[in-house]
Amino acid sequence: MVHTSLDVVDEKISAMGKALVDQRELYLGLLYPTEDHKVYGYVTNSKVKFVMVVDSSNTALRDNEIRSMFRKLHSSYTDVMCNPFYNPGDRIQSRAFDSMVTSMMVQVC
Amino acid sequence: MEAAAGGGCGSGPPLLLSEGEQQCYSELFARCAGAAGGGPVSGPPEAGRAVPGAVTAAAGTVADLFRASQLPAETLHQITELCGAKRVGYFGPTQFYIALKLIAAAQSGLPVRIENIKCELPLPRFMMSKTDAEIRFGNPAELHGPKAQIPYSVTEKNTFKRMDDEDKQQETQSPTMSPLASPPSSPPHYQRVPLSHGYSKLRSSTEQMHPAPYEARQPLVQPEGPSSGAPGAKPPRHQASLIRSFSVEREPHDNSSNYPEEPWRITEEQREYYINQFRSLQPDPSSFISGSVAKNFFTKSKLSIPELSYIWELSDADCDGALTLPEFCAAFHLIVARKNGYPLPEGLPPTLQPEYLQAAFPKPKRECTLFDSYSESMPANQQPRDLSRMELSIKDMADFPVPAQDVTSDDKQEQNKARLALKSTVDEALPKDMSEDPATSKDSNSLKARPRSRSYSSTSIEEAMKRGEDPPTPPPRPQKTHSRASSLDLNKVFQPSVPATKSGLLPPPPALPPRPCPSQSEQASEAEIHPQLNRAPSQAADSSPTKKDTPYSQPPSKPIRRKFRPENSATENQEPSSTVGGPASTATGKPHTAVQKQSSKQKKAIQTAIRKNKEANAVLARLNSELQQQLKEVHQERIALENQLEQLRPVTVL
Repeated sequence: MVHTSLDVVDEKISAMGKALVDQRELYLGLLYPTEDHKVYGYVTNSKVKFVMVVDSSNTALRDNEIRSMFRKLHSSYTDVMCNPFYNPGDRIQSRAFDSMVTSMMVQVC
Repeated sequence: MEAAAGGGCGSGPPLLLSEGEQQCYSELFARCAGAAGGGPVSGPPEAGRAVPGAVTAAAGTVADLFRASQLPAETLHQITELCGAKRVGYFGPTQFYIALKLIAAAQSGLPVRIENIKCELPLPRFMMSKTDAEIRFGNPAELHGPKAQIPYSVTEKNTFKRMDDEDKQQETQSPTMSPLASPPSSPPHYQRVPLSHGYSKLRSSTEQMHPAPYEARQPLVQPEGPSSGAPGAKPPRHQASLIRSFSVEREPHDNSSNYPEEPWRITEEQREYYINQFRSLQPDPSSFISGSVAKNFFTKSKLSIPELSYIWELSDADCDGALTLPEFCAAFHLIVARKNGYPLPEGLPPTLQPEYLQAAFPKPKRECTLFDSYSESMPANQQPRDLSRMELSIKDMADFPVPAQDVTSDDKQEQNKARLALKSTVDEALPKDMSEDPATSKDSNSLKARPRSRSYSSTSIEEAMKRGEDPPTPPPRPQKTHSRASSLDLNKVFQPSVPATKSGLLPPPPALPPRPCPSQSEQASEAEIHPQLNRAPSQAADSSPTKKDTPYSQPPSKPIRRKFRPENSATENQEPSSTVGGPASTATGKPHTAVQKQSSKQKKAIQTAIRKNKEANAVLARLNSELQQQLKEVHQERIALENQLEQLRPVTVL
């Protein structure tokens, strides 16, 4: 599922020449009938992609909330990047990052 | 008695040791023997007093241990006699075990007799008292935490626990606290407060590793109560040498200063060491170490990458990808602690927080900056006292890493060389440093995707630099001939500059005034006008023919000076000379004309100096802008590279 969404993201990226920092996609239709998740994508200036999958049974999150969540994600990610020992592409093991993500998820649920 | 003592390896009939006792005793013995350099465990060879060949416990450490048992002196004496140490003259395993057994007996109230060792006795108790003169044992209020979490060490042989002083007296707690591997039959568990610290220097690595992880797991991080600063006093010499050779894992070198309940507190010696290391990576102590530089450096410590990553996460408080001095010290300290077996804390301990360290830093920082400024300002020995101070600080630093003397001597040599070399390269180095520092700080700023609060610190650094620049100038001034001009402003300018020299980069201090000055000043000194025109710095000026030697260095300082009071200096120079001329006119003919000549010469000299300064100014400004430009270009390259990297990577970010 995530891979399909990634494909879509790539599609969109190549389509648009500018404004990479977009947050889009409501994939309601694409997914299996049983699943009704919404997938949000976010791309940074350095082509790092964030994909967020949300259960649609939640009261639909407002777009603003999604955006703010992505912003927080982005900021935590840059913090993780600042660590010279972190290799881009590794699994992120930063606790601060994890705690931020967890808090975000809790907040949503 | 002798026969009993001659029970050989301790398992003979006369000496019955239970399993637990055997374990404890052997460990104790190992510790004491480690002191002798030939411990049964693979002790590190750093022991000072090695008794070649024999596996013996050094008398000194043994004596300490016995004293720690808090038995009266004569009892100890009796015990020593009984166990046969006096017979053989040293503490072999047999003697040692017997002695321990006797101590246990004594502590239980039994008379000290050799027969007692046949009984089933509780383990001897050794308490470390705070007031113990031996710093090594001076480890009182250890972690309070351990109390509750002792069970950790159930599996470990090590019996060291840190107990509070109060606990020592509470036997009731002992059962719960005695995770000793030994069968819990012995209520008086081993309360050896980190006696280990006493032997820290000599401890074998295995012993170290054991206690540390378990005990440290307990709220090590908790800011332990004040507990004595004794631990801090333990010179982390070994630690220094350990760190010094990052490539060599010398874990046995316990940085004793870490152990004392406050493993996260940095002692003075450690701090000095860290600062030295910082400066080796980054000459300006008020600037940052970039991430890659730090990464290379810390990688040498041979810790695993995830751990290093974790440490970085902890220590880089503002997450800017660069380490300031306090951040660097915190990271370094964490690494050292980790290497010595301490598990990493969950969060940055309060004593390692940058603010805390920063507050604690001023002095060392100042010393560092002093160092830098002096090394750069070598040329004019105008402030002999400063130099002497610097030398003192050099010596201080040199004192600490005793084992690593080569390093310190290297430092010294570096400093000396730097000093000498700097004479001529001062200005070059200066502008570069100055421009680089703001550049690096800006660099770290722009590196981030979003601006961080770093700008705050960078501006403060720049301010400090500027502040540093302005005041210092005066000393060079003296120039204007007048030997000791007492022109007010100049004097004032000069004075603040002296303390100001402490701040970071200082322009080549007191480059001396233009060449002609010395000669003129000499002449002036002859004419009796000095008093008025004399300036404190000028003394140096007079005596230092180095002025001529460093004409080049003058302009840089001058420009800075100029900034500070461009007209003033000029006018002041003019004034004193004019005032000199004034009174001179009233003087007799000879001095009169001499003075006039002087003043005119002075004026010319001043003007030439001004011109030179302006030129230097322009050069520096150009250099600065060029460097900035380069920086931007590099940035862009980096961004481009990152983009490429992203594109090349398979898309599996999340």
